[in-house]
Amino acid sequence: MNDTDKNLLKEISDSDIKQADAYNIRKNGKGVSRKTNPYINIVPKEDNQGIDVYVTENTLLSIIHIPVLLTESGLKDVVYNDFHIGKNSNVIILAGCGVHNDKHKDTEHDGIHRFFLEENAKVKYMEKHYGEGDGSGKNILNPVTEIFMKPGSNMTMDTTQIKGVDDTLRETKAIMDENTTLVINEKILTNGEQHAKTIFHVELNGENASTHVTSRSVATESSYQEFVSDITGNSSCYAHVECDAILKENGHVKSIPEIYAKNPNANLIHEAAIGKIQGEQLMKLMSLGLNEKEAEDVIIKGFLK
Amino acid sequence: MLEIKDICFKRDNKIILDHINLKLDEEKFYVITGPNGSGKSTLAKIIMGIEKPDSGTILLDGKDITDFSVDERAKQGLSFAFQQPVHFKGITVYDLLSIATGKNIDKKAACEILSQVGLCAKEYVDREVNASLSGGELKRIEIATVIARNPKVAIFDEPEAGIDLWSFQNLTDVFQELEKNSKGITLVISHQERILNIADQIILLEQGKVKQVGTREEMLPFILQTPKCCQKGSERHE
Repeated sequence: MNDTDKNLLKEISDSDIKQADAYNIRKNGKGVSRKTNPYINIVPKEDNQGIDVYVTENTLLSIIHIPVLLTESGLKDVVYNDFHIGKNSNVIILAGCGVHNDKHKDTEHDGIHRFFLEENAKVKYMEKHYGEGDGSGKNILNPVTEIFMKPGSNMTMDTTQIKGVDDTLRETKAIMDENTTLVINEKILTNGEQHAKTIFHVELNGENASTHVTSRSVATESSYQEFVSDITGNSSCYAHVECDAILKENGHVKSIPEIYAKNPNANLIHEAAIGKIQGEQLMKLMSLGLNEKEAEDVIIKGFLK
Repeated sequence: MLEIKDICFKRDNKIILDHINLKLDEEKFYVITGPNGSGKSTLAKIIMGIEKPDSGTILLDGKDITDFSVDERAKQGLSFAFQQPVHFKGITVYDLLSIATGKNIDKKAACEILSQVGLCAKEYVDREVNASLSGGELKRIEIATVIARNPKVAIFDEPEAGIDLWSFQNLTDVFQELEKNSKGITLVISHQERILNIADQIILLEQGKVKQVGTREEMLPFILQTPKCCQKGSERHE
C-alpha cells in the first residue's frame, strides 16, 4: 500500500484494520488483502464482483473490516457484498469508500450491500465515505443497502459522508420481521456544487418491529441535498424518522416524508426541520467568548458528531 | 466597576430605556426589579452587547466597551445567563462547560462546576443540552456556564422564568452562595422576593427609568407595599 492508500484508509476508518478479526481490502476493483478466521469466512464472488461474508451462529463481538479504495481516475467500480449473519451473532462491520481522483475523468463506486440477519443476530454497521484529489473529475458514490431482518434481530447503521464526494445517491431498504429493531443514523455535509440524495424504504412487517431513522445534514455553498423516507407499517409497530438540516450560504435541502400505516396499531412519526443556525445558539456561544465563526463551527461539529 | 452612563433605547417609537445611569461595584449582589415592560431585560442585554443602545456609554473598570461585540465583552469578563436557555443538538453539558471555561477541562472539573449549581454531576455531564432536560435542569446548566467563567460581571436574566416554584426554591441557594463568595459584580433581573432578599442593592426600574436604588432594607418595604393596588383590584372584583 502506498501513502495515498494509507491516507484514504485513515480517512474512512478510525481503527487499525490489522486489528480486525476479519477483513477484505478492495482497491481499484480487485481484492488485494484478506483475513478470515474459523467463525468468519469471506468468499470472493465469481468474476471478482464482490464478496460473501459468512458469520457463523453465536459468534460474539467480532469486528469485520471491508474498505474500498479507488485511486484510478475514470474507473467505475460496481461491487456486490452480501453479509450472512448467523443466529445470535453479534458483529461490528466497518465499511467505507475512499476515492482519490487527480485527473479529469469521473470516478464512481457503486456498492450494493445486502445484510441477511438470522434470528436474534445483532449488527452494528458503520460506513464512511470520503473523496479527495485535485483533478476536475467527479467523485461519485452510489451505495445501496438492503437489510433483511429475521425475528429478534437488531441492526444499527451509521453512515457518514463529510468531505469530497461530488455526487451521491444512497438507497437503503429494510424488511423487518417481529421484534426487530433498526436504527439508522446518517450524517452528510456537502459543499461547492455537490449533490446528495438519500432514500429510505422501510417495511415493518412483524409485530413490535421498530425503527428510528435520524438524518443530520449540513448543506453549504451551492450544494443540494434531498432526503426521502418511505416507511410502511404493516403491523403493530413503531417508526420515528427525524430529518434535521442546517443551511449555510446558498445550500438547498428538500425533505420528502412518506409514512403509511397499513395497520391501525402502527405508530409512525416523521419530523423535519430545515433552517439556518439559530441566532440564539450563536449568541449563547459568543457570550462564552467564541467569535461568530468559531461558534458556527462548534454548532456544526456538534450537530454532525 | 461597571458604569452605565445615560443609556437610551427606543423601539417602534416607544421609549424602553430613558437615560439610565448606574454604578455597580465588585463583590456586590444587585437585583434589578420592576413591573413587566419596565426595561429590565433590555438593560441587561445592552450591558452584554446583545442589544445596541441608541445613546449612552458603558464602562468596565474605566474602559469604554459600548462598541464591543458580545464575544469581546465576554473576553473582558462579562457573562450572561439567558432567560430561556438555548438547546443544542449534539453539544453536551461537558462541551458547553469546556467552552465556558475556555480551556480543555477534564470531566472532574466539569462535575465540580455542576455541583455548584446543585446538579448531581455524573448524571448530567455527558447529556446533550436539549429538550430531554427539564426547564429547571437547563436553567441550572445555563447558570453553571456563567459561574464557570468566573466573570467580573455576571448577569442573570430572570432566573425564575420558565421553571416551577419548587425548582426555583432550590435555585435560590445557588444565588445565596454567589452573594457570599463572588468577587465580581452579580446582577440579577428578578421579581422574586427570595432573590430580592439576597440583594445588597436593589434597583427599581419603572417605565424605562431608574425610580429608586437602595439597600435591601431600604427598598424591600417600599417594593412589597406596591402590590396593594392589586389587592384593591381584587376587592373590586368581590
